[in-house]
Amino acid sequence: MYTQALDSAGSAAPQGEADEDGRLERFQARIDRDEKIEPKDWMPEDYRQTLIRQIAQHAHSEIVGMLPEGNWITRAPSLRRKVVLIAKVQDEGGHGMYLYSAAETLGVSRTTLIEQLLSGRAKYSSIFNYPTLTWADIGAIGWLVDGAAIMNQIPLCRCSYGPYARAMVRICKEESFHQRQGYELMLALARGSAAQRAMAQDALNRWWWPSLMMFGPSDAHSVHTAQSMRWKIKRFSNDELRQKFISVTVPQAQYLGLTVPDPELRWDEAAQHYRAGPINWSEFHAVLKGDGPCNRERLAARREAHEAGRWVREAAAAYAEKHGAGAVPARSG
Amino acid sequence: MSMAIAAERPQATAEERCEYTLRLADTSLVAGQRLAEWLGHGPALEEDLALGNIALDLIGQARLLLALAGRIEGRGRDEDALAFWRDAAQFRNVSLAEQPNGDFGHTIVRQCLLDAWQLETYASLAGSADTELADIAKKAAKECRYHWRYSAGWLVRLGDGTEESHRRVSEAVQDLWRFTDELLTPDALDARMAECGIAPPAAAVRERWEQRVAAALREAKLPCPVHQHYPWHGKRGVHTEALGHLLATLQHLPRAHPGVSW
Repeated sequence: MYTQALDSAGSAAPQGEADEDGRLERFQARIDRDEKIEPKDWMPEDYRQTLIRQIAQHAHSEIVGMLPEGNWITRAPSLRRKVVLIAKVQDEGGHGMYLYSAAETLGVSRTTLIEQLLSGRAKYSSIFNYPTLTWADIGAIGWLVDGAAIMNQIPLCRCSYGPYARAMVRICKEESFHQRQGYELMLALARGSAAQRAMAQDALNRWWWPSLMMFGPSDAHSVHTAQSMRWKIKRFSNDELRQKFISVTVPQAQYLGLTVPDPELRWDEAAQHYRAGPINWSEFHAVLKGDGPCNRERLAARREAHEAGRWVREAAAAYAEKHGAGAVPARSG
Repeated sequence: MSMAIAAERPQATAEERCEYTLRLADTSLVAGQRLAEWLGHGPALEEDLALGNIALDLIGQARLLLALAGRIEGRGRDEDALAFWRDAAQFRNVSLAEQPNGDFGHTIVRQCLLDAWQLETYASLAGSADTELADIAKKAAKECRYHWRYSAGWLVRLGDGTEESHRRVSEAVQDLWRFTDELLTPDALDARMAECGIAPPAAAVRERWEQRVAAALREAKLPCPVHQHYPWHGKRGVHTEALGHLLATLQHLPRAHPGVSW
């Protein structure tokens, strides 16, 4: 999950309009009563725009996220692992589809959103701008990246906007399955040969800090958190979620016999959890701005697929035009 | 069907059964590997998902068939030993399956020609005297029916879409048609397996394949190419250059770490 730019992009000033007929107040009261807001209900423009930005960013992240993992489909080391990985990458495409549909209920088309992604205007999660260099990276992504995603997404199942909350219920179930598969892959490596253990440690070294950055800027620098919390689009702050992730994940790394690459990681006796050392925020901002290790490659791959597929989409449209909308060729089974 | 009940039929040797099963297994595996290359790169999200589904079905068939081949062979080789530790010359897939994806139209044509063959073959194999093979074939035939509907549906849309799509897809048909003869012409092993009631008679598969493909080409407004005879021998282990590259990618990781589990 992938809503970092909620905190770092966009500038809509909440509640700028005068609440002449008390609509805003009634809207907030519904949210306070934990009622779901549905597509046909009145909603403040800022609420709509915030949701579009967040859902679209999430959808784009799923689609771009197919690339780093897809990178290993043809090279998976067993047929079982290959099938699991194909199914996982396919689930991500499916998540992208439901999320684009959820965004469409807010009055923006998938085509528009995809154009925003391809033009570089829309954000997606910084994590997918890191390369998958070894097979262990597939395990690390499942364990850490999907693990971080779940931390962020479980609260979204209670998000005030109905279509998004409902999409998240299904997505969370699948993500938690992916997380377990990723951890199981890491466990197989950790219990394997010295070379496999080294591969697992190297993957943890490279994915640990980018995974912590997935939760977005620290609360002190997060510009939209307060309003999003009031609207129950967001229920926990970035730092709260990040801490939760650290608390759960460090013991998992220990169980694998791997070392978390943070010399300042320490047990906080009073809080009864692990605390991480400082995050390198300049790396985070560089990746968000487009200067991460694979930003160019990821966008180029999406653009290439889109361009190479243009004649196919045009052909489908031309066929539908000739034979009536929704025409399906009459192939007998 | 009569194949299953003839008691006086000759019995195939384990070696013959293994070899025949590998032809089916490798064809599904190699075609699945090719389709999986599309994931994340398709012309629309829906196509990524559909091609991924078909790849999953094909690799699923391959796993069952490879495991069966390994049991028949009786040398303790499992699905992964057979998939990752044989060289190209030991692969028994038809040459069509290994052909590179090309553009989406090229992939669709390859799949169409192959899907029709797999569908007819598996549908007939559901009545095979080899009951284990028959069980796998029943499931595979259902899957291939869906694969055919997908690929033939796209063949028609592309053939009868725009000028560009028509041109691209007809070039693909011209390019790939030369590999169809291998699907339809039985060699000595195919004939022997038919005689033993394990495989369907080749003439029946050919006839149904030709009807099916001709109807799809007609609806797609594409001419049926003239017969191009070149004896490709993928099913006997003589492959095109494409297979070596496919296997290098598929196999390199387990081969770099022999003896470990994943």
